[in-house]
Amino acid sequence: MDIFFQQIINGLVQGSVYALVALGYTMVYGILGLINFAHGEVVMIGAMIALTALQALLAAAFAPVLAVLFSLMIAMAVCMALGYSIERIAYRPLRHAPRLAPLITAIGVSIVLQNLAMMIWGREYHSFTLPFTSTSHHLGGAVMNDVQIGIVIVALVIMAGLMWLVHHTRTGRAMRAVAENPAAATLMGVDINRVISVTFMLGSALAAIAGFMVSANYGIVHYYMGFMLGLKAFTAAVLGGIGNLRGAMLGGVLLGLIESLGAGYIGDLTGGFLGSHYQDVFAFFVLIAVLVFRPSGLLGEKLAERA
Amino acid sequence: MLNRKFALFGALVIALVGCGKSETPSTAASDELVIRIGAAGPLTGPQAHIGKDNEYGTRMAIDDANAKGVLIGGKKARFELLSEDDQTDPKTATIVAQKLVDAKVNGVIGHLNSGTSIPASSIYFKNGIPQISPSATAVKFTAQGYNTAFRVMTNDAQQGKALGEFAVKVLGLKNIAVIDDRTAYGQGLADEFVKSAEANGAKIIAREYTTDRSVDFTAVLTSIKGKQPELLFFGGMDPQGVPMVKQLRSLGMKTQFMMGDGGYTPKLIDLAGAAVEGTYASLPGVPLDVMPSGRDFSQRYEARFKQPIQLYAPYCYDAVNVMIAAMQKAGSAEPAKYLPEIGKVELDGVTAKLAFDEKGDIKGGAVTLYQARQGKWQVVQTLGGAPAAH
Amino acid sequence: MKLHRSSGHLTLAIALLALPFIIDALFGHGWVRIADFALLYIMLALGLNIVVGYAGLLDLGYIAFFAVGAYTYALLGSPQFGLHWPMYVVLPLGALIACGFGVLLGAPTLKLRGDYLAIVTLGFGEIIRIFLNNLNAPVNITNGPQGISAIDPLQIGGFSFGSSYEWLGLRVDDVHLHYYLFLGFTLLVIFVSRRLEDSRIGRAWVAIREDEVAASAMGINTRNIKLLAFAMGATFGGISGGLFAGFQGFVSPESFSLMESIMVLCMVVLGGMGNVGGVVLGGVLLVALPELFRNAAGPVQQMLLGKVVVDPESLRMLMFGLALILVMLWRPAGIWPSTQRRREFDADDSVLHQEQETVYDASK
Repeated sequence: MDIFFQQIINGLVQGSVYALVALGYTMVYGILGLINFAHGEVVMIGAMIALTALQALLAAAFAPVLAVLFSLMIAMAVCMALGYSIERIAYRPLRHAPRLAPLITAIGVSIVLQNLAMMIWGREYHSFTLPFTSTSHHLGGAVMNDVQIGIVIVALVIMAGLMWLVHHTRTGRAMRAVAENPAAATLMGVDINRVISVTFMLGSALAAIAGFMVSANYGIVHYYMGFMLGLKAFTAAVLGGIGNLRGAMLGGVLLGLIESLGAGYIGDLTGGFLGSHYQDVFAFFVLIAVLVFRPSGLLGEKLAERA
Repeated sequence: MLNRKFALFGALVIALVGCGKSETPSTAASDELVIRIGAAGPLTGPQAHIGKDNEYGTRMAIDDANAKGVLIGGKKARFELLSEDDQTDPKTATIVAQKLVDAKVNGVIGHLNSGTSIPASSIYFKNGIPQISPSATAVKFTAQGYNTAFRVMTNDAQQGKALGEFAVKVLGLKNIAVIDDRTAYGQGLADEFVKSAEANGAKIIAREYTTDRSVDFTAVLTSIKGKQPELLFFGGMDPQGVPMVKQLRSLGMKTQFMMGDGGYTPKLIDLAGAAVEGTYASLPGVPLDVMPSGRDFSQRYEARFKQPIQLYAPYCYDAVNVMIAAMQKAGSAEPAKYLPEIGKVELDGVTAKLAFDEKGDIKGGAVTLYQARQGKWQVVQTLGGAPAAH
Repeated sequence: MKLHRSSGHLTLAIALLALPFIIDALFGHGWVRIADFALLYIMLALGLNIVVGYAGLLDLGYIAFFAVGAYTYALLGSPQFGLHWPMYVVLPLGALIACGFGVLLGAPTLKLRGDYLAIVTLGFGEIIRIFLNNLNAPVNITNGPQGISAIDPLQIGGFSFGSSYEWLGLRVDDVHLHYYLFLGFTLLVIFVSRRLEDSRIGRAWVAIREDEVAASAMGINTRNIKLLAFAMGATFGGISGGLFAGFQGFVSPESFSLMESIMVLCMVVLGGMGNVGGVVLGGVLLVALPELFRNAAGPVQQMLLGKVVVDPESLRMLMFGLALILVMLWRPAGIWPSTQRRREFDADDSVLHQEQETVYDASK
């Protein structure tokens, strides 16, 4: 039972990170109908910037708590600028181009960001340590440390904040309007370009937070870290119903749980025939099964027959 | 209009290729013998830092030889390095191999991984170019019947055997859990470790898996925790080793942790912090401090490249020196002439006393075990192999 | 007119036949090998073009069929099981099995659209790779991550494409021979693609791509036609995979990663979706560009700045990424789009799309 409880905690922590990154995918998709494949790399850049800023601030004798806060803010600011630029350079000129054109530029942006990061921060792994110790708490037989608790709480707060923003602010209303019908929104006086920029910046700020949290949790950063994380988060977004904010959260947490329970129990369930090496297979099977029965994901709206 | 653009593009392409072609080195003075050594490994991608380390090791050996002045067949030799990026991709590896052959290299140091060394080896074999891999450990690499393939590193079977014996006989651990990263290296080493541990009377109570891209191992570790092993062996590299050992400790597990050569890196110590204390890792060969030239090598490496040795640089250094020794013996840098001499080379390298068996594997295959104590890798003991020349 | 055209074809044929020797003389064997790989990728890209370009189904796991073809060849022609079946049996068999996998992938995904389809196909590609990577225990089938080596070369009777021959004083090496073999298969694939494009099936694919509901209202059996697209695309992938295994002599799961699927998709889109010529061009460019940059990154810096400031390797992929972005910005419909698509695309600028649901037009 302790083991099971621990697996749930593992899944929740991992799932919270997926959810935060998935939000970035889903917001952009909801408004533009576009998969921002470069989003995973924005997470990586966020982590790298946070690392550099944290080291510099600590070296400048800032108090640890301030250093952490400021480095996170710097990372968010840089990522917002990055997200804005990516949209302006790689996506906006292609707004009326065939649908796959921005997909290719997104892949191009990914490759560029990855290799830029490699040139700036080097090929090796870097240590990412918070300037205070993270104590472990024993909950029954299971263990959870401060950073992990922090991740789950921050993820929850951000999700709540985002829901509020989308449903109760002017910007949020404009975003929903553009998602619903861009032409009509324009006629109603919504500045589509501004809304799209804001969306990208918001998503990128979340990516920076996610990058920070992942790095703090695992203690290492590397220029290659964004790819897998982005892929998993994208899967999570689709599982929940891409374009739907609640869906991204649900999908993220579910994927985290599926992975940890899958890796933990798949061997016992299949009598040792399939082991934890089939963890991803298990996750994809669940995804395919969900999509076969609900072709728009768990919380996705039923699409009109003509997409 | 369209056609003009294409023509322009074509011209550009041709110009670029032309640039590539003009890479040929400056003509040497007539009394000088120019010898080209190819180096191949991943210089981009997730293993780029280890690939670069290999290139540095090779470069140092070549620069040393040039500075020292080596005579081959009475002529003064000047060595040149051609380094290529194989991206850890088998297909790119064959392209790179073909390019090195085209460039008329006299020998190749590489590739880093087994998955690239094996497909590339057939091209070197067809063209009679000697290839010494500093780090490919798959048993198959030298078992393909190619007389051009050598390695200065123990293979998985040699290292796995030593690790298994050490775990069971020396440490006395009987209940063992094993994780591997499903790469050719990780899986190969883990399988050989399991064989050896079981042969020595241990029980493998859990076998779990991860990937070489993962950073979260809490799920498999938690599942292992329930089975309470005394030792966890991980077949994989340090990027996974660091978060794994951290998560192992943060889950409150007291299980001993052991890795192969993929774990014996300065990074594992630096990045894993307190969690790494007590971890075992192995490295083929004898400790650098034991060989007379080893300590000198590591100091010069750090001074020159402003970083500690990552992993296999010393093996690359040895590989080049084996090649040079064979050339000197044959009195020629012609691949066909010095190839038969490589197998007969006996050399005090920086990693071990080097000699090859008939397959091209390293003879004896000493493996040294290290333990992380007080933030440093400390030698525990060296198993097997020819006694080092003191 | 007719004469003119056939003389054009003749020139092209001679150029294609002479190409490996021209490349060899100018740049060496390495570039002939690159040309061989380019042909394999062109076959892959043409196969994917049927799924993505003609039928409009976004497939991100296409490399799985390449893997199936490659492993079929490897398992039936290597010491792994001690089988050494001839190429003319194994290649069609690999294509057939890949075709079966195509249907297997197509069946559960019929209802899915656009990006949902993309993620499911991506998952499918990963599942195949993971199975190949792990099926070495409990029963060793694929030899796991170690891969399968010592695969038989491509050979017919006593003639092996993996050897060197000397004819009339002309030395012909394995890279040249493979070039001609792959060229033959590529031309076959191009021929089939062109015929399909103009057939009833081809038009049905386009109809589904443009409007699935309307297509089914016109009496097209959308299920069968979609499955056929997956099956045809997969077949080409399987053939290409088998050739790859025989050429390389070694297969391991790392050759079939997601990045490879993405590369093939880039070839199709960058070259010009739906247009055979464009796809061929895309394949050539995306195989050649990284290799060009590999050679150029160092010397160009040397020339412009007087010294090598940045590692050529880091710059190589950076330039490749930039090239992808710039080409797409320069020609959003691909470098050489199909005429039909170009017509639609040009018409776009003046028309305000009121019915579109997103800012990016999903219907194209």
